[in-house]
Amino acid sequence: MIALEVRALKKSFGGLYVTRRVDLAVEEGERRLIIGPNGAGKTTLFNLVTGEITPDSGSIALFGRDITRKPVRTRAHLGMARTYQIITLFGRDTLRHNVMLALLGLSPRRWNPLIDFAGQRDLAEQAEAALARVGLAHLAGRPLAETSYGERRRVEIAMALAQKPRVLLLDEPFAGLSIDERQDVHRLLMAVPRDVTMVMIEHNMDVALEFAERITLLHFGEVIVEGTRAEVVAHPRTREVYLGH
Amino acid sequence: MSAVSGLLAPRTAAIAMAVLLLLVLPLWVGNAYYVNIASQILFFAVFALALNVLVGYGGLTSLGHAGLFAMAGYTAALLLARGHGHLVADTAALLVTVATAAVYAVLSLRATGIGFLMITLAIGQILWGIAYRWASLTNGDNGVNVSSRPMPFGLDLSGADGFYYLCLVVFLACVGSMAVVVRSPFGASLRGTRDQERRMAALGYDVWLIRFWAFLLSGFWSGVAGLLFLYYNQFISPQVVALTTSAEALLMVIAGGTATLLGPIVGAALVVIMKNVVSAYIVRWNMVLGIIFILIVSFMPEGLVPGSARLWAWARHRLRHGKPKPAAPGPVAAPPASGGKEGVR
Amino acid sequence: MSLWLTLAVNSFGLGGLLFLLSSGFSLIFGLMRIPNLMHGSFFMLGAYFGVTLLDRGVNFWVAAIGAGLLTALIGGLIERFLLRRLEGQVLPQVLLTLGFAFIIGDVCLMVWTGDPWQPATPAHLAGAVQVAGLFFPLYRLVILAVAVVVAIALWIMVDWTRLGAMIRAGVDDPPIARVVGIRVSQLFTLVFSLGAALAAFAGVMGAPYLSVYPGLDFEMLPLALIVVILGGTGSLLGALVGSFIIGFLYNFGQAMFPDLAYVILFLPMLLVLVLRPQGLFGKVVT
Repeated sequence: MIALEVRALKKSFGGLYVTRRVDLAVEEGERRLIIGPNGAGKTTLFNLVTGEITPDSGSIALFGRDITRKPVRTRAHLGMARTYQIITLFGRDTLRHNVMLALLGLSPRRWNPLIDFAGQRDLAEQAEAALARVGLAHLAGRPLAETSYGERRRVEIAMALAQKPRVLLLDEPFAGLSIDERQDVHRLLMAVPRDVTMVMIEHNMDVALEFAERITLLHFGEVIVEGTRAEVVAHPRTREVYLGH
Repeated sequence: MSAVSGLLAPRTAAIAMAVLLLLVLPLWVGNAYYVNIASQILFFAVFALALNVLVGYGGLTSLGHAGLFAMAGYTAALLLARGHGHLVADTAALLVTVATAAVYAVLSLRATGIGFLMITLAIGQILWGIAYRWASLTNGDNGVNVSSRPMPFGLDLSGADGFYYLCLVVFLACVGSMAVVVRSPFGASLRGTRDQERRMAALGYDVWLIRFWAFLLSGFWSGVAGLLFLYYNQFISPQVVALTTSAEALLMVIAGGTATLLGPIVGAALVVIMKNVVSAYIVRWNMVLGIIFILIVSFMPEGLVPGSARLWAWARHRLRHGKPKPAAPGPVAAPPASGGKEGVR
Repeated sequence: MSLWLTLAVNSFGLGGLLFLLSSGFSLIFGLMRIPNLMHGSFFMLGAYFGVTLLDRGVNFWVAAIGAGLLTALIGGLIERFLLRRLEGQVLPQVLLTLGFAFIIGDVCLMVWTGDPWQPATPAHLAGAVQVAGLFFPLYRLVILAVAVVVAIALWIMVDWTRLGAMIRAGVDDPPIARVVGIRVSQLFTLVFSLGAALAAFAGVMGAPYLSVYPGLDFEMLPLALIVVILGGTGSLLGALVGSFIIGFLYNFGQAMFPDLAYVILFLPMLLVLVLRPQGLFGKVVT
């Protein structure tokens, strides 16, 4: 089954096409890497897929269901989660609180004004489990503002994983990490079970090559090359726009 | 866990002490004039807490809350003047105020930040214009008189002490409900929308609806405060709807410190006391209000309660360790968040 | 018939005044991203300066321009020495302008007392002109003409001059404008002073028929707000169209439903907010 299908997606800002015509079909359980030089329209594509931007034309479907006009929150409830390139977490709150907010977002309890949020044992336990998955269980009670950049990147991933998404969109999860930290993040992404479909944007091709079965190369808002790792790397146009860079 | 209960115990004791003090206050003060000032502080604190739901926890600065405050007062006053009972008038007043808050919300939540502030200000001023100009309904500049205070369960509220206890009960109910809501999942969601609107939507939250409910909550307590104000003065006039009232309420919130429960209460006490003291000597209240605004935004933008908490932590640190460590990140001196408003609960 | 015509002329007069008031407000908002809550105060302060000068026998136009310059100086000083220090902190900036609005209101009350002042319409502008057998009050037409002249001057300034190019760059994208080397801070002071001058000038122009009295400041401020919400922030054309819409609604509303004139003002704002939140001529800010 196709988990995420994007058809003829087009978006322009003031006459300038950021996404010219993008077609994308990601199989369930697949690990897809989307690469491309700066300004290729990768993050715009993610923003279109998550609904933060509405496309001029084209359609997006999640497990065969058209979500082109659905608001951002509905897509989250349908099983889509994402991480951000620029970290936008809740700096004053603890790591546990951050992940609990992610869990609460999908729970009907989020409207409850009468119970104690911090006292929701099940949410706290799930949050701690998600933090443990990314190796941060020992920091659960620490305010996010007092953690390192690499730790925050992992909190991002913990929040996304805690939502048990069916499709996970990762926007440059390796950006700004040291070599060791990259290894850690890489390992934890490799350990994500196959019922989660993952689409990753990476600017830097070599760190993420291993991750993906299939690679899509985006350039000036268009898909130029798509195929297996070997096919894409060997393709002359890839060299032209990317590797020869 | 023992550290937490160790922290909680003195806090509970402090709250119990404060409630006890408030309970015996009329006996202790003895003078109707001061008891009345205490009543003013209590109902303005309710108003400030209501506004703080939006300003502090929602990050939405409203400059039109006088319209909600006065909507309750006017509705009740006009119904009472037409011969309806207190129960009918007050219930209707709260319903009308919450409905008005819904209209405010639908219009102003088309924008956030400065746009939100401008729209609430414009709606507030239009309500002022209605109170002032629609004389056939509102009696215009002459205002509306209310002949008596209600007597719930046969209790006499006509005296200063009786009315004080009514205000106290309402005030405690307000603080209690706010404390519950702020700690609830809904409160956490609201604060989330203040800090990271986009992220909250991506996590599955309906940001607009969260803000809408917060607006209704704020409107409800603004209405309750407006009713107490009406019964306190037994009179309401367009002056209450003026921008000055909205600005005073906002001053209470930011002077005390936003996104805290204690802040608006302290702010209300401060503004009410200052207003009474200043008015006793000179007629220049608006000028004083303006000057305080300028001083606060220039020198203590975080508000008095968080500002003092920071100072207190610094002083304690200094006492314990003998020397000041301004550079070291202390446990309370959290790094400035992007919003610039620090929550201390 | 003549009643409607009179109302229409009055509407154009009020619309012209509102344009003088709100064009500055809109430019300031567009450029600096703060709603200047002192704007109504500038209007009132200018009016008081104007009536004082007129009282001393100064020529009407000299009084109006003099009041504009004086108010521009005050506005410029507040911007330069206080608003500037809070750059980037939007809420404190707004509260600062609100604080000054209260102070200016109180100072005016102290200096000019609570009694309304209503200067006589200058003799050469009083009376009516006869066109096609109908009489039109000359003064309203003069206001309209002044507003049109100012609108054209502003349009030329914004669209055709180097200063205007910098303002447009600043409105569209302040960070970029800074990067390409526009002295944004001086531009802010200039535009702020210009807005203050226009508001004060409008105050003097309005004085002969609105009169000047305490509270005028906070009556004018929401009108400027509504105009800008209607027209779209930072748009001169929006301010122009919005001003005349409000001018007409206010006059016709006042005549037909005197009690509800204020409610009627609210309606176009409501429609615009629901249907087109960026305003009639505003750009969508992403």
